[in-house]
Amino acid sequence: MNHVQALIDAIGEGAVFALIAVGIGLVFGVLRLINFAYGQLIMVAAYALAFPGNWPDAASIGLAVLAAVVASLVMERIAFRPLRTADPSTMLVATFAIAYLLQNGALLQYTYRQQGGLGDSIGTLSGLNQAVTIGSLHIRWVTFLAIGAGLVSLGGLALILTRTSIGLQMRAASMDFRTARLLGVKADTVIMAAVAISGVLAAVAAVVLSISSTSVNPTTGFQETIFVLVGVVAGGIDRLVSATLGAFAIGFAIELVGTELPNSGATPFTSNVYMPSVIYLAVIVVLLLRPAGLFARRGQRTVERV
Amino acid sequence: MNAQPVLEVDDLWVHYGTVPAVRKLGLTVGGGEIVGLIGPNGAGKSTTLHAIVGLVPARSGDIRLRGASILGRKPETIARAGISLVPEGRRIFAQLTVEENLRLGLVARTGHNDADRDLGWIEELFPVVREFRARQAGTLSGGQQQQLAIARALVAGPDVLLLDEPSLGLAPTIVDVVFGALTDIRERGVTVLLVEQRAQRTVALADRTYVMTNGEIRMTLTPADADDTERIIAAYMAS
Repeated sequence: MNHVQALIDAIGEGAVFALIAVGIGLVFGVLRLINFAYGQLIMVAAYALAFPGNWPDAASIGLAVLAAVVASLVMERIAFRPLRTADPSTMLVATFAIAYLLQNGALLQYTYRQQGGLGDSIGTLSGLNQAVTIGSLHIRWVTFLAIGAGLVSLGGLALILTRTSIGLQMRAASMDFRTARLLGVKADTVIMAAVAISGVLAAVAAVVLSISSTSVNPTTGFQETIFVLVGVVAGGIDRLVSATLGAFAIGFAIELVGTELPNSGATPFTSNVYMPSVIYLAVIVVLLLRPAGLFARRGQRTVERV
Repeated sequence: MNAQPVLEVDDLWVHYGTVPAVRKLGLTVGGGEIVGLIGPNGAGKSTTLHAIVGLVPARSGDIRLRGASILGRKPETIARAGISLVPEGRRIFAQLTVEENLRLGLVARTGHNDADRDLGWIEELFPVVREFRARQAGTLSGGQQQQLAIARALVAGPDVLLLDEPSLGLAPTIVDVVFGALTDIRERGVTVLLVEQRAQRTVALADRTYVMTNGEIRMTLTPADADDTERIIAAYMAS
């Protein structure tokens, strides 16, 4: 195995994890809520991608984005908003409930459709699974897509957050929501903006994951989200940048350890039974040494809910 | 009082749990007035301000802005209707720049056309805001942060400016700046309701000063009472 190739693959995996982390981190910023149903949002987007079958790629991707944004906004309206002033643990349990609801909904539709296997194939942009050969490197186009999509999405988000009024309002709300409202920042608008953007990011992650695995099933996005959450906490959840770096680091580490360790193949979660132990051990060490997160600012305390 | 009332609070009751923090409070602030609200710690001054801006719910009573009830409205709605609060402890966004803090002040502004002209006199009033425009607000001194907090509230173009202990923890020279600015702010047509611990200075500055103890208004003082220290002390002791 070529080390440079492993490195590039690891950056690709890290980029997808970073996307998921930003989607989770944005919503955490304004709601102080960790959305455990985020993986299922990715799943919904992936099913939307698979649904049209033979539509042009751009149309399928458009549908996936639309589905993720709508699902995300519906989630906010029916679950997060009524519970906004509730205990944090209530909100957390609610997101678990939504996650299971969506996942089991996906399972049920296979019973309804009387289909044998649990999975739908995705043909969108399947050509991107071809590898491009540069010297001794064989890198799949989808890896470049992952890195490119990550850079473009995060860059775009950075522009929104720093250059637009709604972006500034979102940042202010995530720092001190009460004071932001006193200045006229509309709570519902800011939260819906964050939730909608997190839906778009879920769709982008779904497109990359789906192209890479060429299929979608009820657990699509689940495992990745769990690892991202670990990365986000390890990095420091109360700042978008540190959360994103944490998730990138986890994705990077999983892919690199997975490919560099002996007896492992291309899909780290299933091929190497020691992998999660190695990763979790690293996370435990990180949190023991730096409880506020690996990338938290010096002297920063753990997050408090207003 | 001859000015038309801009802000009226009528028979206001606010409870924390079962404990009444504000009882049958009534006050009126006329257009272009500076009205003071003083009293010992825990008297209910901040709670009164928080009720006016919609941060805490009222049990009963009414709060009117230019005659229209704003009771039960969301804080953002009240801010956009024309009431700006400079909260206790300043509450500037430390990680944002001074300019970004000011831009947030614009959010509540309904007519955007004359924002530049307003920003002009606000920066003249608080030159530090212009001088440190690109700085992270958290790096400013306490007094500079307070000036930024007031500037941020003024940028919204409010009809009524509420200030919650703006002189708290400030050096005497900065307190002079803040109190001096309030007169200029009034001259710009902004009505001021000032909650303070510095009783004597507040009584001297304000057109009227309400003395609040135990959630109730006990007395109303005028600038003529400013030198009557015994009367002010007696008002505080009335609880």
